[in-house]
Amino acid sequence: MSTTLYDKIWNDHLVDQQEDGTALLFVDRHLVHEVTSPQAFEGLRNSNRKVRHPNLTLAVADHNVPTTDRTKGIADAESKIQVDTLEANCKEFGVQLFGMDDKRQGIVHIIGPEQGFTQPGTVIVCGDSHTATHGAFGSLAFGIGTSEVEHVLATQTLVQKKGKNFRINVNGQLPLGVTSKDVILQIIGKIGTAGGTGSVIEYAGDLIRSLSVEQRMTICNMTIEGGARAGLIAPDEKIFNYLKGKPMSPKGDNWEKALNYWKGLKTDDNASFDQELNLNAGEILPMITWGTSPQDVITIDGKVPNPQNENDEDKKNSIERSLKYMGLKPDMAAKDIKIDKVFIGSCTNGRIEDLREAAKILKDKKISSHVSAMVVPGSGLVKEQAEQEGLDKIFVNSGFEWREPGCSMCLAMNADKLKPEERCASTSNRNFEGRQGRGGRTHLVSPGMAAAAAISGNLDDVRKYQN
Amino acid sequence: MQKFNKLKSIPAYLPIVNIDTDMIIPKQFLKTIKRTGLGKNLFFEMRYDDQGKEVNDFALNQSPFNNSKILIAGKNFGCGSSREHAPWALLDFGITCVISSSYADIFYSNCFKNGILPIILEEEKIKELSEYANRKEEISVDLNEEKIVYGNSEIKFQIDPFKKKCLLEGLDDIALSLKKSDKIEKFERNIKNIKPWIFND
Repeated sequence: MSTTLYDKIWNDHLVDQQEDGTALLFVDRHLVHEVTSPQAFEGLRNSNRKVRHPNLTLAVADHNVPTTDRTKGIADAESKIQVDTLEANCKEFGVQLFGMDDKRQGIVHIIGPEQGFTQPGTVIVCGDSHTATHGAFGSLAFGIGTSEVEHVLATQTLVQKKGKNFRINVNGQLPLGVTSKDVILQIIGKIGTAGGTGSVIEYAGDLIRSLSVEQRMTICNMTIEGGARAGLIAPDEKIFNYLKGKPMSPKGDNWEKALNYWKGLKTDDNASFDQELNLNAGEILPMITWGTSPQDVITIDGKVPNPQNENDEDKKNSIERSLKYMGLKPDMAAKDIKIDKVFIGSCTNGRIEDLREAAKILKDKKISSHVSAMVVPGSGLVKEQAEQEGLDKIFVNSGFEWREPGCSMCLAMNADKLKPEERCASTSNRNFEGRQGRGGRTHLVSPGMAAAAAISGNLDDVRKYQN
Repeated sequence: MQKFNKLKSIPAYLPIVNIDTDMIIPKQFLKTIKRTGLGKNLFFEMRYDDQGKEVNDFALNQSPFNNSKILIAGKNFGCGSSREHAPWALLDFGITCVISSSYADIFYSNCFKNGILPIILEEEKIKELSEYANRKEEISVDLNEEKIVYGNSEIKFQIDPFKKKCLLEGLDDIALSLKKSDKIEKFERNIKNIKPWIFND
């Protein structure tokens, strides 16, 4: 029978399946961070249980860490307790941890691929919804809650029911200045934040295959914003080349064996999907979000919606609520939206290619005088690479702050946050109310669009600044 | 885990769609290393003003909804992050049953790990039930019978039989899975042979 990539990975990880379809799935890789793990480790301790496979588990503190000078430690007492607790738990249970002073430290979804911990055909979980990122490698990767973190730590398995198969085909070429961030924002705009609920989305088509490994990660990362359990892309030579020689990638004989297995990871030609969507890459434009849900997208040439044009009462109320929160007027042009802050970073757009894309726009330019802007590299290694390429100097010369790695203002758990009514062009993934700070207003954009907004002082078209 | 069987309460109604986990419990409360104590910060941004005073208009600040055990809300409830702090906050507030026309997957799954029953109903039924919130009248939820009783009417709902059993009996997932240790070990031996790079042996 013809099967999809999701079917294949699922079937290869079935430890047990009950008659009602409830399955026990083997978990190959478990990423752990400080926010969603303390109660899980405590649960293990209370039940006298061990971590079943510490060597399949990798931990890092990312959500709470300061992005300013770290030599003085963490100022916020609660954040410090959480980070210290992770360290103590990892020590007690024998789990490898990248500490705050380790240059491999960074956002959990950036360090997994960077280290070769993320591998095709594996099941990868983490107590974080953006675990979907790792699907770019052809792994089945999804976020779990803390009870499930405890379950995986104790059993190296997870109780799951099979989801539906959803394929999104993107064909054609992207216009100049349009990136994978715009592709995924466009997709979320089309399917809505509940469009993928209950499904695993496989991204296919020649546009997807033409994307770099890092661009693919941006797409898979925000799959959760479309409500799907996971996003997947069949692995190819780009993935294999990316992984070759990474510290935790298979070595020697194992590399050959793994490669052989990885090459078979693709959806059969005749496999059927529960749902399919086709997009023409050539029609995608630079996108922004105007509202408080990632589905609230318009193109940079577009206008903010007018609730009066909406017949559905729920939608109308929702638009009104969002406009009020965002401090916007109906029918306002996207380019008339003036911004105060710019944030470049996060597990969505905090990798080296993202920084290069922004730096290319910012080279020899100054950011607008009323804008304050920061770059938070996704990991210590991304930071090091950027500094070797001189990107840090481009950012600093243009007026950006150059920070230490972490999640930072994507969710504002550390000191980096918006003040009430401050407006930010952000390369992160969620524009929910209060996400970047109480009353803060977030517009999701690509790194190039964030750079363009910083220069112009308002949301602007990155194509204007393309050389 | 607390067992769930029957529940009777005046429901609270939040007529908002896409209530995300950041709304349910904002990030500043995720710094805790405990599961308890989050109830006072449930829906923090909507529930309190800038001075930290309760917002009178917000349903959960009003009697009798401040004692509701059932929350009715718009579609796609719990979208966003995987934070289990969201169901922990609901539970700590006293809500053990949520009724919506759809949920985000991770939130839905997290509810069952904490003795919370998330019920899925059609939109029109949601509207009908929300009238009971407006009139401040009780409704009853019976998990075993898979029904909600209100006034002289009742609505059936559907739930995965395994999840139902776990809720009714308050079963611990980990203990259940550990009963399958033989199968897990067998699976592990097998992948060591066919996929030796997984354990990096």
